[in-house]
Amino acid sequence: MASIAGKKSGLTWAVQLSVAALVLLWLFPTVGLFVSSFRSADQISSSGWWAALFPSEQSEVYRTADPDDTRVPDGDGFVVTGNIFEDAPRDILSWGVSSRDIAAFRPGETADMKDGEQLTLQPDGSYEWRGSADQLKGRGQRIFVTATVPPEFSLSNYETILFSGSGQDNMAKAFFNTLTVTIPATIIPIVIAAFAAYALAWMEFPGRALLIAAVVALLVVPLQLALIPLLRLHLEIGIGKGYLGVWLAHTAFGMPLAVYLLRNYMVGLPRDIIENAKVDGATDFQIFTRIILPLSFPALASFAIFQFLWTWNDLLVAKVFLIDSTGSTTVMTNQIVELLGTRGGNWEILATAAFVSIAVPLLVFFSLQRFLVRGLLAGSVK
Amino acid sequence: MFTENPALLGFVTIVIGVGACLGYFYLSNLVLDTVIFPAKGSKAGRNINRANMVRPWLFLFPALFALTVYLAYPVFETLRLSLTDRSLDGAFVGMDNYRQMMNEAKFWEAVRNNMLWLIVVPAVSTAFGLLAAQLTDRIRWGNLAKSLIFMPMAISFVGASVIFKLIYDTRPADQNQIGVLNAVWLSFDGGLGSVLALQVLPSVLLLAFAGVVAYVAWLFVRDIVASGRDRSLWLMPLRLLVGVGGLWLIWVSLSGLGGLWFSEFPYGEPQTWLTVPMWNNFFLMIVLIWIQTGFAMVILSAALRGIPEETVEAAIVDGANPFQIFFKIKVPQIMGTIVVVWTTITLTVLKVFDIVFAMTNGQWETQVLANYMYDKLFRANDWGVGSASAIIIMLLVTPILIWNVYNARKEMR
Repeated sequence: MASIAGKKSGLTWAVQLSVAALVLLWLFPTVGLFVSSFRSADQISSSGWWAALFPSEQSEVYRTADPDDTRVPDGDGFVVTGNIFEDAPRDILSWGVSSRDIAAFRPGETADMKDGEQLTLQPDGSYEWRGSADQLKGRGQRIFVTATVPPEFSLSNYETILFSGSGQDNMAKAFFNTLTVTIPATIIPIVIAAFAAYALAWMEFPGRALLIAAVVALLVVPLQLALIPLLRLHLEIGIGKGYLGVWLAHTAFGMPLAVYLLRNYMVGLPRDIIENAKVDGATDFQIFTRIILPLSFPALASFAIFQFLWTWNDLLVAKVFLIDSTGSTTVMTNQIVELLGTRGGNWEILATAAFVSIAVPLLVFFSLQRFLVRGLLAGSVK
Repeated sequence: MFTENPALLGFVTIVIGVGACLGYFYLSNLVLDTVIFPAKGSKAGRNINRANMVRPWLFLFPALFALTVYLAYPVFETLRLSLTDRSLDGAFVGMDNYRQMMNEAKFWEAVRNNMLWLIVVPAVSTAFGLLAAQLTDRIRWGNLAKSLIFMPMAISFVGASVIFKLIYDTRPADQNQIGVLNAVWLSFDGGLGSVLALQVLPSVLLLAFAGVVAYVAWLFVRDIVASGRDRSLWLMPLRLLVGVGGLWLIWVSLSGLGGLWFSEFPYGEPQTWLTVPMWNNFFLMIVLIWIQTGFAMVILSAALRGIPEETVEAAIVDGANPFQIFFKIKVPQIMGTIVVVWTTITLTVLKVFDIVFAMTNGQWETQVLANYMYDKLFRANDWGVGSASAIIIMLLVTPILIWNVYNARKEMR
């Protein structure tokens, strides 16, 4: 804005920095969960996830091979050779042979123990342990190593959650249940609401204004009020708890927003097109399916995204109308809440489960953000 | 048969559901035009008119049916249930359920917390949203920044609860903390840095907050005392309400200030944040603020862009600085949008259930009305009191409902 006056604002840098800080603050929580989902249980409980992004300094204890089996004669005595890093090489900073002084030597140096017993540790982890037959027996020598450990991530948590996990740890079923709830509950209200919105936008009949006002009023009715009466109704007419019930409930709960959004959009369509079609003898049904529906695509898309996010993320409606005592129809949100109760400390399971459930909405969000924003603006800025 | 395979069941439902809807609309129109009021014969003209009078209702019927059965009827049914008792076989008991509810400490705790949520969450989300909107509009990578701040909108309340539970996690003092909040907390040791960050800075923020509240409250109240202003009677309760609420908020923030300076901080001890009474409410609110700020930002950013440039240019020519431009030129022009954002977030807050349910389940004095209601309905199985608390939520929503309908009607004229 300041550029209008022809001078560059001195605040630009401050603005850039504050936006960067704000964005980082907002991303930080999600990134934490994301990073944690790639770490093993031990890693998560031993250090904060922010430490996992950088090589960290860790002290570890290794043991040489057992001398009784592996020692070979060498000069006067014996020698045991090998490498302490069997599969994961580390960058050794310092090492020692006693727990009282774990950083006594640098890699490549030789530790003189008692009576001529010697241990040499090379930077690559290979060692040479020399001494007499008395000294080289029993268990292997302990070596305390301080080393930088590179960041380690694995997909094994996802493998557990999606495929191999058992019982509550497996989200595959809940994932498909959520999908089963979501897709019909997104598509059916669109069809019903589109017809109603057309009637409210382009057909003349007494009571139209009153109906629109009623839709606006119902927009804010908390669905908490609907729980008991509807559950009773469902039980009475034999729908009970199940997919049919939850589809009906989501369809109806999404209806006010759908009708409101679509009607507002359709009212803005050019009157000429519709009147021309009428003059040419098109019926209302034809006008609706051939003209209005294709032109309203952006509004239909925004509502579809809203309804998808809302049904996918919903917990309350699923708990009341869908999930029965057998739990075979559980959805992801519900399973995560149960995991929070039973596996509260197992962050590798929790983080991965949560990330599996938020991955799909995030994908939808980033690919269809344009429509979402448009819908939000149509719904609230008047 | 289909119930064996939910995916197949879902697919069949989509086909049947969508097919039935389209079929209904098509066939009902066909029947109307050819059987009931055929557009031929001696009464052709009258029949066309009649058909066109009936047709809107054919289009509206499924939606109206859903709205009536699933939203309108339950409001009245819940009202009725709140006056009956399930254990007495649905006998009418008058206000007994409400009386029983009013005598429960947990209910008042829920009301108190809900009030706190209602004030803090919309205020902070809107303020952050406005800030983010204004800042991101001025830089080149603003759209990227916006979409990242907006992202939590797509995350479920449950997912967000897990995310923030990790942040609030606590380990014993001799282990590495894996929750960020405790890791940061343990880096404070009571020295000068701690005093600055934990006492001076919050004090400044609290004082600034109290100042803003005092200013807003004064704006509302001064018209009562000043003469020659618009003194429409129906605004009086609102003005008084804002005045009293403002005084209460100032009192709360000033007493918070006292707490900051006169209480000992347990430095060096990891805290279980979600069990600290009073403060844990704020830790839960942060989750919702994190989600709602993006929403506020998107809408306010569009409103800011809609401001006529001439007004801003004129202010620059008159020598206004960026802060004056923002607070005196821009904010007044988008006041209407700010109110819309505020009320929308207020509605979300009133229905907040998942966050409390997943994070504390109302323990440690964090109960809110929606979770209290769920508790009564499905754990205590007390439909009477549960319905009564649902009615309380409805009552809280009603002013917004009336305001929305009033505005919608005004627009349509």
